[in-house]
Amino acid sequence: MNALVPILIDGLNYSAWLFIVAVGMTLIFGVMRVLNIAHGSLYAVGAYVAATLIGRWFDADLPAFGSFGLIFASAIGVGLVLGLVLEQGLLRFLHGRDEIAIVLATFAVFLILEDVVLLIWGTDAYPAYQPYGLLGTSSIGGIAFTNYDFSLVVLALVVGGAAWWALNRTRMGKLLLIVIHDREMAQALGINVRLVYPATFAIGAMLAALGGAYSAPMISVSPGIGVDVIILSFAVVVIGGLGSIEGAMIGAVMVGLTRAASVHLAPQFELFVIYAIMTLVLIVRPQGLFMRAQARKI
Amino acid sequence: MSRLSLIAALAASVALTAPVLAQEPLRIGVVTHLTGAAAGPFGIPARNGAELLIDAINSGTLPAPYATKGMAGQQLEMTLVDEAGAPARIATEVRSLIDRKQPHAVVGFVTTGTCLAALPVLEETKTLSVLSTCGTPRVFEDAKYEYLFRTSANATADGVTAARYLLARMPELKSYAGINQNFAFGQDSWRDFTLAMQALKPGFKATMEQFPTLGSGQYGAEITSLLSNGPQATFSSFFGSDLEAFVLQMAPRQLNAKTQLVLSTGETAMYRLGAKLPDGVIIAGRGPYGVFARPTDLNKWFRKAYEDRYNVPPTYPAYHAAQALLGLKVAYDKAAAAKGGGVPSRDEVARAFRGIEYEAFGTTIRMAQSDGRQAVTESAIGVYKFDRSAGTATVTDVTYYPADCVNPPEGAKSIEWLQAGMPGAKCNLSN
Amino acid sequence: MSAAPSATLAAAPASARPTRSRSPVLPITIGAVLVIAAGFAVPAWLLTILLFALFRAMVVLGLIVLLRAGLVSFGQALYFAVGAYAVGFLSRAGVNDALVRVLAGALAAGALGLVLGFLLRRYRGIFFAMLSLAFSMILYGLLVKSESLGSTDGFAIHATTYAGYAPDRSSERFALLVLSSVVAWAGAIAVALYLRGTLGRLAEAVRDNEIRVEYLGASVAMAVHVKYVIAATLAGVGGALAAMVIGHVDPAMAYWTNSGEFVFVMILSGSGSVFAPFLGALVFELIHAVATHYSPGAWRIILGSALLAAIMFVPGGLWSLMPKARRS
Repeated sequence: MNALVPILIDGLNYSAWLFIVAVGMTLIFGVMRVLNIAHGSLYAVGAYVAATLIGRWFDADLPAFGSFGLIFASAIGVGLVLGLVLEQGLLRFLHGRDEIAIVLATFAVFLILEDVVLLIWGTDAYPAYQPYGLLGTSSIGGIAFTNYDFSLVVLALVVGGAAWWALNRTRMGKLLLIVIHDREMAQALGINVRLVYPATFAIGAMLAALGGAYSAPMISVSPGIGVDVIILSFAVVVIGGLGSIEGAMIGAVMVGLTRAASVHLAPQFELFVIYAIMTLVLIVRPQGLFMRAQARKI
Repeated sequence: MSRLSLIAALAASVALTAPVLAQEPLRIGVVTHLTGAAAGPFGIPARNGAELLIDAINSGTLPAPYATKGMAGQQLEMTLVDEAGAPARIATEVRSLIDRKQPHAVVGFVTTGTCLAALPVLEETKTLSVLSTCGTPRVFEDAKYEYLFRTSANATADGVTAARYLLARMPELKSYAGINQNFAFGQDSWRDFTLAMQALKPGFKATMEQFPTLGSGQYGAEITSLLSNGPQATFSSFFGSDLEAFVLQMAPRQLNAKTQLVLSTGETAMYRLGAKLPDGVIIAGRGPYGVFARPTDLNKWFRKAYEDRYNVPPTYPAYHAAQALLGLKVAYDKAAAAKGGGVPSRDEVARAFRGIEYEAFGTTIRMAQSDGRQAVTESAIGVYKFDRSAGTATVTDVTYYPADCVNPPEGAKSIEWLQAGMPGAKCNLSN
Repeated sequence: MSAAPSATLAAAPASARPTRSRSPVLPITIGAVLVIAAGFAVPAWLLTILLFALFRAMVVLGLIVLLRAGLVSFGQALYFAVGAYAVGFLSRAGVNDALVRVLAGALAAGALGLVLGFLLRRYRGIFFAMLSLAFSMILYGLLVKSESLGSTDGFAIHATTYAGYAPDRSSERFALLVLSSVVAWAGAIAVALYLRGTLGRLAEAVRDNEIRVEYLGASVAMAVHVKYVIAATLAGVGGALAAMVIGHVDPAMAYWTNSGEFVFVMILSGSGSVFAPFLGALVFELIHAVATHYSPGAWRIILGSALLAAIMFVPGGLWSLMPKARRS
C-alpha cells in the first residue's frame, strides 16, 4: 500500500500536465469541429519562444521570478500571432469542407511548422531550467518532489476553472455553448459565428503554447517535441469526449493515474497505457465519456 | 497520354545529373541526422567531424603521418543525406543517393535502425561503406558483407565497461536498477549491462528496470519510483534531450545523492549540461573520445581545429565520423601504394581496408574482427566533475580498459559471450 | 458530428464518375503494361520511385473503398505493418516466394481486419479514425517491445524468389516492378468490379444516410465490415510489397505518421477512379524525392505546402484534373 501515495502524487502531476497540453485541442474541436494536428507545433513554438526569452532573461540577470511572467507572455504572444494567422489565413477558407480535409490541412501546417522551427532555432536543444528550481522541493514520505510539478496542478485547476466559469457564467460563454450545441441554430439566432471562430482558435492556440511554455523549464526544448504531444492530446481528448472540457480533465486524470501506476508497479506496460485506455473507453462509450448524443438525421 | 507527359515533366524537373566519368573528385556520401531529435547530440557533431576531415584531407593539413593531399591523391566531394526518419525511408534515401551520385564510398550512420535498414541496399549495390557509429553487434553477427567496414567498437563494449568500472568502484554493491529509453538502443544497452553485471557477479540481478517512451520528456514518476526503490546504483543509456530533461528533473530531487548514476552516453551532454550535471556521476562516451581521448598530437590537432571552426569541443560522434574517414584514407592510400600509384578500384580499397591498424584522433583503431571489417578499440570511463573555477566540464578517475577486456574475441557472438561469463577477456589495466 | 462527415470530399469526384462505363479490365491492363514497359526505360532512381508508388497506392486503394462509405482510417499503418511483418516471419522461416509472401500479407491483414471489423463497424467519423489509430499504435508498442524482432531496429528480409527463379542483382528491381504491377493490376480490377457491384454501390447510400439504408432492408454494419476487410487486405498487400521492395521491416511502419501519409496520398489522389491512387502516389513520391534532394534540411515545408495546395485548390484530388474525368 505504500506505493499508493507516490502513485497519486505522480499521477496527478502528470494528469495536470496532460490537461494543460490537451485542453486547447478540445476547445477548438468543440467550437469549430476542427481536429487540430498543428496543436503539437503550437506547443513546440510556445516552448521554444519561452526557452529563448527565459535564457535571455537570466543572461541579463533580471529578477528570477519574473521568468514566470515570460512563460505566460510567450503563450499569449504565440497563441495570438499563430492562432490568428492560421485561422484567418487558412482555416477560414475551409469552412464547410469535410472534417478529414481540415484535419489534413492542419497536418500540412504541422509539417511546415516542424521545419520552420528547425530553420529558426536549429537542431540544438534549448534549456530553460532556471524557473524549475525556483520553487524548491517538498518532502513527502521521505521522497523529494519538485514544487514546480505541483504548480502544474494549480495551473491546471486555474485553467479548467476559468474555462468553466467563462463558458457557464458569462454571456460570451453562453453564446459559445449555443454554437457548440448547434451551429446552425446559433447562426439563425443571430450569433456571429464568424467572429467566434478566430477568438476560439486564438484561445486554443494560446493554451497549446502555454502547455509548451510551461513545460520548457522541465525539459530540454529540442526538435520533434511536438510530435508526441499530438498523440497524447488526441488520446486525452477522445477519451473525455471531443469538445468537452470536463471530459478532458477526467481523461487526463485517468491516463495520468494509470500511467503512474504502471511506472511504479509494471514499468513494461508504460508504452501501452494510453492506447489501452483509449481503446477500452471507446469500446464502452463509442463517443468518449462526455460526448453529447447527436441528433439523428433522417 | 497526358498522364505520361505529366510523369515525364515531373521526372524532367527532378533534373538529376548523371555522373561524368572524367577525372573528378571521389564522391563521398555522408549519412547522418541533420534534423530531428538525434541531430543536436549526434548528427551535427558527426557532420562537423566529417566536414572538417574532408576539408583537411583535401588541403593536406592533417598532421603526420596523414599529411598527404586527398585519398590516393584524389580530392573528395561530400554529399549529405539526412538520417532522420523511419528506417525504411532512409533505406530509400540511401538508394537514391547511390543511383544519383554513384558515390565511391558512403560514410556515417549514427542510429542502429536506419543503419540496419540501409545495409542490404549498400551491399546489393556493392557500395564501399564505412559505418562510423551504429553500434549494434547485429551488423556483422546477422549477416556477411563484402564492402562494409565499421571503425568504432561494438556497443557491447560499453555495457561491459560500465559494469567493470561500477563494480571496481563499488565492490560491495548490493542493488542496482536501470532507466533506459524504450527502443532498440535502450533495450540493448540495458541487456548488455545487466549480462555483464551477472557475468562479473553471478546471479546479481537488477531490482528494477524502467523503460520510458523515447522522447517522452516527463520523468517525474520514474524518478519517484527510483527514489522509493532505492537502488545503490542506476544505469542509464539516455541521450540527447531526453538525457538533459532527466538530469534537470532528477537533480533538484537529489536522485544522484541516493544512487550512483551511470550514464553510458553522458559524454555527449556534458558540455551542454555543465554545472547542471551533478559531480560524481559516472559517464562514458562509446570509447576513448572527446574528453577521454588520448592526448596525442593527432587529438590536439583535431580538438583545436574543431573548436576553432565550430566553437564547441568535439564529442564522440565527431570523433567517430572523423576516424571513419581517416580509415578510408588509410585504406585508399595503402591500396594506391600497393598498385604503385593511380586510383585504386573498390575491390582494391576493400582488400586494403581489411585488418588495418591505424592511429586515429581518440585512440588506435584495430580492424580485428569479422574478417578484419569490425574495429576493436580500448574503452574509457570516468567520473564527472564540473570545474567551477575554470567553468569547464571535466572527468576524473578515468579508467581505460584494453580492447580484449571489453570486446568479445573474434568469432564470438556478443550475447552468448556475455552469457557465458565473458570467457577469454584479458584485462591488464594500464593508464 | 453529422452522419456524413466526408460528404463533400467524396462527392466531388463522384459527380465525375461515368454512369454507364465499359469493363475496367482493359484500361487497367493497359496501365499495368505501361508501368512495366516504363521499367525498361527509366533510370534506377525512378524505378525505385515507381516501386514505392505502387505499394503505397495499394494501401490508398483500400482507403478509397472506405471513403466511398464516408469513412477515413487513421490507422491503415496497422495492416500495412502486419503485411510487412508477415513477410518478415516468412523470410525468417526461409520462405521467399513472391506469391506466398503476397498472399500471406493479404491473409494476415485481412484476418485481423475481419476480427477488428466487428468492433470498428460500429464507429463513424472521427471516432472510427481515432480507434483505428489506437489499434495501430498498440501494434507499434508491441513491436517496439519485441526484442527478438529487433525492437525499433527491425530486421532484414531475404531477397524474393519467383516460383524457384532467383533474379540476379541487376534484374532484381525489375522483377519486383513486374510483381508489384501484376499485384496492383489484380487489386485494381478487383476493386473496380467490387465498386460496381450492389454492395459497392451501397457505400454511397451509407455515406449519405445510414438510417435510410437500414429502412431499405440493407445492413449498414455488413456493408461497412466488408469494406473494412477489403481495405485491410489491400493495406496488407501493400505492406508485403513494401517489405520486399525495402528489404527490411521495422515498427515505424505501424506508426501513426505513416497512416497520416496514406491519408495524405488519398487526399492528393481523389477517389474518382481506381487509377487515382496510382497517380497520387507517384506524384507524392516525386514531390518527396525533389524536396529531399533540393532541401534536405527543410523538405517537410515543401511536402506540407504541396498538401495545402492540393486541399485548397484541387478539392477533388489530382484525378479530377484528368481531361477524361472532366469530360464526363
